[in-house]
Amino acid sequence: MIDKVITADEAVAGVEDGMTIMVAGFLATGSPEILMDALVRKGVKHLTVIGNDGGLAEGQPANGPGKTPRGIGKLLDNHMVDHIIASHLGVNPRLNEQFADGSLKYTLVPQGTLAEKIRAASYGLGGVLTPTGVGTPMQSEKDELGRDKKVVEIDGREYLFERPLHADYAFCRATICDRFGNFMSAKATKNYNYVMAGAADNVIVAAEQLVEIGSVDPDVFQVSGVMVNHVVEGEPKWQI
Amino acid sequence: MADIKARIAKRVAREMHDGDVVNLGIGLPTMVSDYIAEDIVVTVHSENGFAGLDGYPEPGKEDVDIIDSGGSYVTVLPRVEFFDTATSFGIIRGGHLDTTVLGAMQVAENGDLANWIIPGKKVAGMGGAMDLVEGAKKVIIAMTHTQKGNHKILEKCTLPLTAEKCVNLIVTEMGVMEVRPEGLVVTELHPDYTKEDIQAATGCKLIFDPNMKAMEEE
Repeated sequence: MIDKVITADEAVAGVEDGMTIMVAGFLATGSPEILMDALVRKGVKHLTVIGNDGGLAEGQPANGPGKTPRGIGKLLDNHMVDHIIASHLGVNPRLNEQFADGSLKYTLVPQGTLAEKIRAASYGLGGVLTPTGVGTPMQSEKDELGRDKKVVEIDGREYLFERPLHADYAFCRATICDRFGNFMSAKATKNYNYVMAGAADNVIVAAEQLVEIGSVDPDVFQVSGVMVNHVVEGEPKWQI
Repeated sequence: MADIKARIAKRVAREMHDGDVVNLGIGLPTMVSDYIAEDIVVTVHSENGFAGLDGYPEPGKEDVDIIDSGGSYVTVLPRVEFFDTATSFGIIRGGHLDTTVLGAMQVAENGDLANWIIPGKKVAGMGGAMDLVEGAKKVIIAMTHTQKGNHKILEKCTLPLTAEKCVNLIVTEMGVMEVRPEGLVVTELHPDYTKEDIQAATGCKLIFDPNMKAMEEE
C-alpha cells in the first residue's frame, strides 16, 4: 500500500479498552491533537499511556487562557487513563487529582531512560544499560510492569538494565509527511516523535502538511514511512 | 529574595567558560544566562530538544514549535540544532555537556543530591534531572542555603536521591562550597556572613579553605 492516508476515526477504530498507547509530545508541543480528539470521540477507557508528561489542562498558563486541554491532557480530562508511564507529572493538575482519588496510577521513568526504553522497542533491542538512577528509587523500586530492576556491573561501573517499552499504538505528529508516511517534525516538536514511530504494533502519524510522494526532496524526511502504518491529515498548527 | 537569587545566579555565571555547553534548570538556574560574560560564547542546551537557546520572544513573535523544558516559548540562536529526545539525552549521558546547573531540596557533604520528590506530597517527577546530574561533566547546585530555616546541606540526604556523589559545587547566598574527597570545603564566603553563620546554617561540618576568598557578586 503506497497511500496510507485514512481518517482520524478510522485510525483509532482498533484501539480497545485496556490497551497500551504511546503519545509523542513534550508538554503537548509535538502531540497529535486530532488523534487525541478521535480517541475522545471513541470513548475508549482503561488505557495505559506512555508519554513524557500529562500534557496540558484547560487554561494553563503555558497553554494560553481559555484554551482547551492539549495532548494527553484530553485523555485525562475524559478519565480514559488507568496508568501513566512518564518522566514528569507536575504540570497538569488532573494527574495529581486522579492519583488522589485512586483512579490513576503512575510509573515515573527518567526522561533519557524513557526515550531509550522506547527506542529499544523500536530498534529490536533486548533493553538498555544506563548509569542513570543507580542508587536511587529507580534501582530499588519495581518497573512499570512490577518487575524488579537488575543492576549490571561492567568494567567496574554499575548500570541499571532497563527493558524495552512497547505499545499497541503509537500516536505521532509530523510537520511534513507524505502519503507513504515518510515524515519530519519541525524544531522542538521532534521530541518523542522519532523514537515512538516503530515502537508500537500500529504507528499513526498526524500530518500538519500532507505532501504527495516525490514532491519534496527526500532529505527533508527524518523518519522512514517503513515505520508508519497510517497517516491522518489535518493536524492544525497550534494557535496561541 | 530577588536580590539573593540574583547574587547566586551572578556567581554561578562566573563558572561558565568560553565554548561551554550548559544546561540550566527551571527557576533560579535559568537566571544564570542573564549574567554570563559577554566576551565568552556559551551554548545553552534545552533537554526537550535543542542546543542554542537564546531568550524570550516579544508577545506576538512566538514560534509555537519552539518551547524550552519549562514549557515557555523561547527564541534560539543562529547556530541552533534541534534533535529528538533520544539524541538530546545521548548528548547528556554521553558526557557532551560541560555543566548543568540545578536547584536542590537537599545536598549531602559527599555530593549526594535529592531534588525530585518529597514522599507523601504532590507527585512531580524527575524529568531529565537524573540523567543531567549523571552525565554532565560538572554539576553545580544553585539554591538558597536553607529552606524556611531548615538545613538543606546535610551529612546525609533524608529524601530519595536523584543521584549519588554527583554534585561538584554548591553556590548559595552565603558562599561557595566545593565537594572534595576530604569533605565540603568553603572556598568563598559572602561578606554579609561569618564562618559561624554559615556553619550554623549547615547540617554537616564545613571545612574552610585556607585560601578562602570573599564571595564576589560581579
